[in-house]
Amino acid sequence: MTEYVRPRDLDEALATRAAHPDWMVLAGGTDLMVNATHQQVPAGILDLWRLPSLGDIATNDRGVTIGAGATWYEIENHAAIVEGWLPLALAAREIGALQIQARATLGGNVGTSSPVGDSLPVLLALDAELELASVRGRRRVKYSEFCTGYRKTQLAPDELIVSATLPHTQAHTTWRKVGTRRAQSISKVMGAAAIELDGGVVRTARVALGAVADRPIRITAVEDAVRGLAPAKAAEAARAALRTAIKPIDDVRSNAAYRREVAENLVARFFSGILS
Amino acid sequence: MKIAIEVNGETRSVDCSPWKRLLDVLREDMRLTGTKEGCGEGECGACSVMLDGEVVNSCLVAAGQCSGRKVTTVEGLAHGETLHAVQRALITCGGAQCGICTPGIAVCAAYVVDRGLLRDRDEQSARAAVRELLAGNICRCTGYQLIVDAVIEAAREVGR
Repeated sequence: MTEYVRPRDLDEALATRAAHPDWMVLAGGTDLMVNATHQQVPAGILDLWRLPSLGDIATNDRGVTIGAGATWYEIENHAAIVEGWLPLALAAREIGALQIQARATLGGNVGTSSPVGDSLPVLLALDAELELASVRGRRRVKYSEFCTGYRKTQLAPDELIVSATLPHTQAHTTWRKVGTRRAQSISKVMGAAAIELDGGVVRTARVALGAVADRPIRITAVEDAVRGLAPAKAAEAARAALRTAIKPIDDVRSNAAYRREVAENLVARFFSGILS
Repeated sequence: MKIAIEVNGETRSVDCSPWKRLLDVLREDMRLTGTKEGCGEGECGACSVMLDGEVVNSCLVAAGQCSGRKVTTVEGLAHGETLHAVQRALITCGGAQCGICTPGIAVCAAYVVDRGLLRDRDEQSARAAVRELLAGNICRCTGYQLIVDAVIEAAREVGR
């Protein structure tokens, strides 16, 4: 029989996690409960849904700190996020549809770290830092270092994801997803960028894509190629640099050639879009 | 595990695995078979219910998570013999054919109307909003047009 614990606070959650590292850590269930009747029954469930304070969203000196338990519905409707970190709100609005957005959480997207996790390129482009906790203490790690492979992360068996902090930014930021339909579709390709201009040319750029590799990735070849270029030139340089930088795959949702072409168009538009 | 859930205003207890899907608790343990199973993977919305006032796919909710929470199913939308405005509008507008998606559509539409999510919108923007808000409810019969008509009609009727 599956055990079940709904902790009262984070300390109790961490103690339960440490005592039962094999238990499923469950929040909205939108990923972990897919086809639940055909899955192996978990030994236990550590239920973090609506754990007090884990869903808080607050701006501070560092940026905006979003609790791992915050849902995409809460994130897309949060005025400060829409104002200061729009790509995250835009990504949130295209994750599934209403039913998924009401349950799926930031922590779930980060914890699973699927290559098609829609928020993850945003976390890369906006340079998000995670806070992780265990009974041993707390630590901070950049999302760019957190995901280490196909659905692999450096979360320890006794750790939980507490929050993500997105720093304040003055950069031009964008997000774009391409799927089969506007809503409720798993991405063929999606990506985000944060581009800082200085005197009409690109000073720095962070460009990230999902669904083109075994994990969401920064495209450093593109970031290097656009430095010092005006947006129109940067768009062409980005397209050329991307060509050899990714190796997308054929699968049920799309094929490598299409993904490559869409990815090239996306990164080019991240730069050419600054003009409009 | 003993689980008490307030379903359609009445507290009901079941003894089941916390891993059991809310969908199966409703249909098997409580015999509330209005909620349908479509895909079982959170894509189609046929199993939509309200959980603590939010629309969710009941195939993706574990029973243990529902303990002490409030669920409204399609059976709970009407007040006695009086149907909810969206149920009446789905009938008058012809927004249903085979019917398997209809309970989920009714629940999601009731949420949209009761929350006033279409308030202060002109016709065109309200129709676009309905299409986005109901994007998680898939219908293979109607082509959606008559469903959108019904939600707009229901919102108009209740002044929202």
